[in-house]
Amino acid sequence: MAAGLGTRLHEVMRRVLGEVHLPRSVSLGELPVPERSVMEAWRAYKLRWKRLRLLARAFRKRRQLRSVVDRTDRIQAGAILAFVTIRNESVRLPYFLAHHRKLGVDHFLVVDNDSDDGSCDLLAAQEDVSLWVTGHGYKQSRFGLDWMTGLQRRYGHGHWCLTLDADEILIYPYHEDRNLRALTAELDAQGLPSFGAMMLDMYPKGPLGAQHYEPGQDPIEVLPWFDSGNYVVQIQPLLRNLWIQGGVRARRFFAGEPRRAPTLNKVPLVRWERGYAYVNSTHALLPRKLNAVFDETGGERISGAVLHTKFLPIVVDKAVEEQQRQQHFANSALYDDYYRSLADSPDLWCAGSSRYTGWRQLEAMGLISRGGWI
Amino acid sequence: MSIGFVMLCHTALERAAEVARHWAERDCPVVIHVDKRVAKPAFDGLVAALADLGNIRFSGRFACEWGTWGIVAATQAASTIILKDFPEVRHVFLASGSCLPLRPVEDLRAYLQTRPRVDFIESVTTEDVGWTVGGLNLERFTLRFPFSWRKQRRLFDGYVRLQRRIGFKRQIPDGLVPHLGSQWWCLTRQTLSAILESPDREAIDRYFRRVWIPDESYFQTLVRQYSSNVESRSLTLSKFDYQGKPHIFYDDHLQLLRRSDCFVARKIWPQAGKLYQNFLEGGVVGQATAEPNPGKIDRLFAKAVERRVKGRPGLYMQSRMPNENWENGRTAAPYSVFEGFAEVFGNFELWLGKTAGTRAHGHLFATQRVEYAGGETVFNGAMSDSAAIRDYAPKSFLTNLIWNTRGERQCFQFGPGDKQDVSWFMAGDPNAQISVISGAWIIPLFQSNQNFGDIRREAARLQKIEADHLGILRSPWTKARVRIWSLAEFVENPMEPLQSIIDEISPRSMRRLTEAPQMADLKGFGQFLQNLRNQGMQPTLMGDFPAGEDPTPAALRRGRPYLVK
Repeated sequence: MAAGLGTRLHEVMRRVLGEVHLPRSVSLGELPVPERSVMEAWRAYKLRWKRLRLLARAFRKRRQLRSVVDRTDRIQAGAILAFVTIRNESVRLPYFLAHHRKLGVDHFLVVDNDSDDGSCDLLAAQEDVSLWVTGHGYKQSRFGLDWMTGLQRRYGHGHWCLTLDADEILIYPYHEDRNLRALTAELDAQGLPSFGAMMLDMYPKGPLGAQHYEPGQDPIEVLPWFDSGNYVVQIQPLLRNLWIQGGVRARRFFAGEPRRAPTLNKVPLVRWERGYAYVNSTHALLPRKLNAVFDETGGERISGAVLHTKFLPIVVDKAVEEQQRQQHFANSALYDDYYRSLADSPDLWCAGSSRYTGWRQLEAMGLISRGGWI
Repeated sequence: MSIGFVMLCHTALERAAEVARHWAERDCPVVIHVDKRVAKPAFDGLVAALADLGNIRFSGRFACEWGTWGIVAATQAASTIILKDFPEVRHVFLASGSCLPLRPVEDLRAYLQTRPRVDFIESVTTEDVGWTVGGLNLERFTLRFPFSWRKQRRLFDGYVRLQRRIGFKRQIPDGLVPHLGSQWWCLTRQTLSAILESPDREAIDRYFRRVWIPDESYFQTLVRQYSSNVESRSLTLSKFDYQGKPHIFYDDHLQLLRRSDCFVARKIWPQAGKLYQNFLEGGVVGQATAEPNPGKIDRLFAKAVERRVKGRPGLYMQSRMPNENWENGRTAAPYSVFEGFAEVFGNFELWLGKTAGTRAHGHLFATQRVEYAGGETVFNGAMSDSAAIRDYAPKSFLTNLIWNTRGERQCFQFGPGDKQDVSWFMAGDPNAQISVISGAWIIPLFQSNQNFGDIRREAARLQKIEADHLGILRSPWTKARVRIWSLAEFVENPMEPLQSIIDEISPRSMRRLTEAPQMADLKGFGQFLQNLRNQGMQPTLMGDFPAGEDPTPAALRRGRPYLVK
C-alpha cells in the first residue's frame, strides 16, 4: 500500500519536475551549496525511497545466509563490530583478523560466499567471529552489500561498525598507540557519525606473483610501495560523497580512460543506526549526511586509509578465476583487459613510487589527516 | 602544612580511585564528589575500593550537567568538608576524576610552600576573554539560561536572541566584577573559606545559579573579592580544541607530558595504562623546583587547531575539499608559467633551470603528453605523463604537481597550442607568476616548412585562443602575478624582463644576468607577418614589426651600465 502510494507520488513528481539530470561529478571548488528548493526536497524524497528499497532488498535476502557459528550473544553494549564478506581468503585472513583485533574490534560478523580453501573452518574456530555462509551470487547481492546491510540492521544498531574486505587493512592517525575505542570516542566528541578512509593500493617492486607471502605475515612487508600524489578528488553531487580515483591502477591500467579507474574513497567506519545502508560498496551511504567526511571550509577532518593488499602473490591466480566468474563490478566485461594484464604479472613499480613507513608519512603526504586530533 | 584535593568524578571511577589513592597515600587528604547520575553499584565500588584510607571522604552528591550550577554546588560541598575535617590543609586543589599528577606530590608541596599566600586560579575579565563557547562573555552574567545548550540548542539560541531584542538584563550584584577562567584551581584556606563563609553567600549563590557555566565564573569572580594575591593561571594543564572540548591525553603523550613540568594534567584517556603506570607508580625524577612549562604543548595544540580549522593550503584530499574561495591558497606554493619564451629562445628550459635553480618543465599541458622536465615519464608522487589522465582533472593535476614538489619551485611552459582548461584556475591563483610574450607562438610557424595556407589557418586559430587567454589574464578576477609583453616589445629589450622574472623567482640570489638564452633567428620575420596580412589574416598580438625591417635585439651580452652623475 505504502509502496503503491510512493510509486504514484514518484510519477506525479516526475511529471511536474521532469527527470532530474545532474552532472555526475564536480571538481575542485565547484560543489554547489545545497539549497532549500522544491528540487532539493524532491531529491531527498527520492533518496529516501532508494534507501528503503535497499533495506527491503537486504531483508528479502536474509534467507540466503545460513548461520554456521553464531556468537552474537557475546556482543556487549558499546562493542566495535566488523562486517566482512569473503571468498577464499584463507591466505589473508590470519593477518586481517589479528590486525583489526589489535585495533580493538570486539566482534567480527563474516559472510563466507562459498569458499573452498578452508576459510570457513578458520573463521569458525575464532572466538570473536560469528559466521554465515551462502552459495548465492555475489554480484546479484550487490557485491555482498545486501547480506551486509541485513546483518548491520540486525546487529549494528548503536555500535561503531567497520565494513571491510579481507584484503583491506585499516590504519588511521596514532593507530599504533590508540585503539578504535579512542578514535570513536574522539569522533563522538567531535560529533562525527562517520569516518573516511581512502583506499591505498599497495604493490611490490618487481613482477606481481614473484614475491613470497606467508599467511599471518604483515602484507605490507611484501607490498611496501604505493603512489603518493596522483589522486583526483571530486564530489558526486547527488549523494554529496567524495569520488577519489588514481593510484597505481589508474596509472597502469586506466591511463587511456581515467574516468573508469577504480573508486578509492571509502567510509568504512560508521556509528550505525538501523535505517542506514551502503549504496555502492563502502564508497557512499544513505542517508547522505554520512558521506560528509570532508571539510568544505578549508579545514581538515580526521581521516585514515585502507591499505589494499590486492596485489599479494595470489592475485595472479585470482585474476584468472575472477575473470571466469564475472562476479566483480557493474560491468565485468569492461574489466577484461584489466584482468588479462594482471594475469601477465606486470611490474607496477615506477621511479615515482613511495615506500610505506607509517601513518605519519601518509599524513605528511596529505593522504590522510589527524584533523585536530593530537 | 599540606595540600588537600577535591576530586569531581563522573566516569572511569577506577582511574579516579587510583589517583585518589596516590594522593592519599602521600599524606594529602582527598574529598571525592561523585556525580549523582552515576549508578549506585559503581559508587559503592569506589567507596569500597578506598575504604582502607583514613584521609579520604565522600561528599554529598549533586547532578553535574555541563554548564550548570551542580558543578559549583559539588565543589562547595566538597571544599567545606575538606576545610572542616582536615585543619592542617593550607591549599585546596580542585581536580577531576580524569586528572593525573605529572610530578611527585613533594614537588607541588614544595612549590606551594614557597608561595603560601598565593591563589592559583585563572581569572580574566569578560572583556579580555577570547575563548568562550557560543560567543557569550558578559552576557553569561546578564541573561537567563533556562535551556540546555547541549540538548536544546535551538531553544537556547532563540531565548538568548529574544532577551537581546527586548533588552532584558539581570542586575549583577553590587561589587562583583565578572571574571572567567579555567574551572581547575588551587586556592588557599583563607580565600576559599572566605568565599564559602561569606555573609552574602546565599544571595550570591542565588545569582550564580542562573549564570551560564558558573563553574567557569563563580570562584573566578569571587576570588577577586577576597584574595590578596591572585596568580591568574591554573596549575592544571588542560587544553581545549576548536569546539571548546577538552583535549585528551593518550599513552603516546608520555614524553610530552613529562617535559611539560606541569603538576597535574587533564583529561587522561582512561585506557592510557602507560600514563597511569608511569606517573602514579614510577618514581619520576624531575627538577623539584622547575616551573611548569606548558609552552611546547601549547604550540603543538595551537598547530593542531590550525590544521583542523584552516588546513594545509593547496591540499585537496579526502578530509579537505574546500569550496571556491575557501581554499586558503589554491595551490601549495608559488610557481611560474612561461608563455612564448620557449618559442623565442631555443634552449630556454635548460637556461631557466640553470639560472634560476628550479625545475623547468616543458609544456605540461601539451596535447600529446605531459612534458615533464628532462622528458620523464613519471614525476614526483607517481604522476603519469598520460594526457588523458591529466585532462580528466586538469586542476587536480596542477594542484597535485605543486603539492608533490613543495620546497622546489616549478616552472613550466604554456601556450595556445596547449589544453586551456586551467587558464581560469591559474589566473585566480596568487601563487602563479605568469609571464607572457604574446604572439610568440608564431615563430615556430615562421620557421616551419608548411604550406602558407596551412600556416595562415593555424595562426588564426592560435591567435584566437591566445586572445581569449589574455582576456582571462586581464580580467578583474585575476589574482596571479601577470606580466605581458608583445613579441615586438620583448625582442627589442629581452634582458630587463628576464631579469625581473628571475629576481622574483629567486630573490636572494640578486645576480645580474650576464647571459641570455639563445634567441631564435628572426630574419625575414617582418615580411612574413606582412605576407599573413596580405592573405587576409590580421596578426595583432605580436606588436609592431614593420615589413621588410628585421628586428634587431639589443645586445644580449650586457656590458657595464652607464652611470650618470
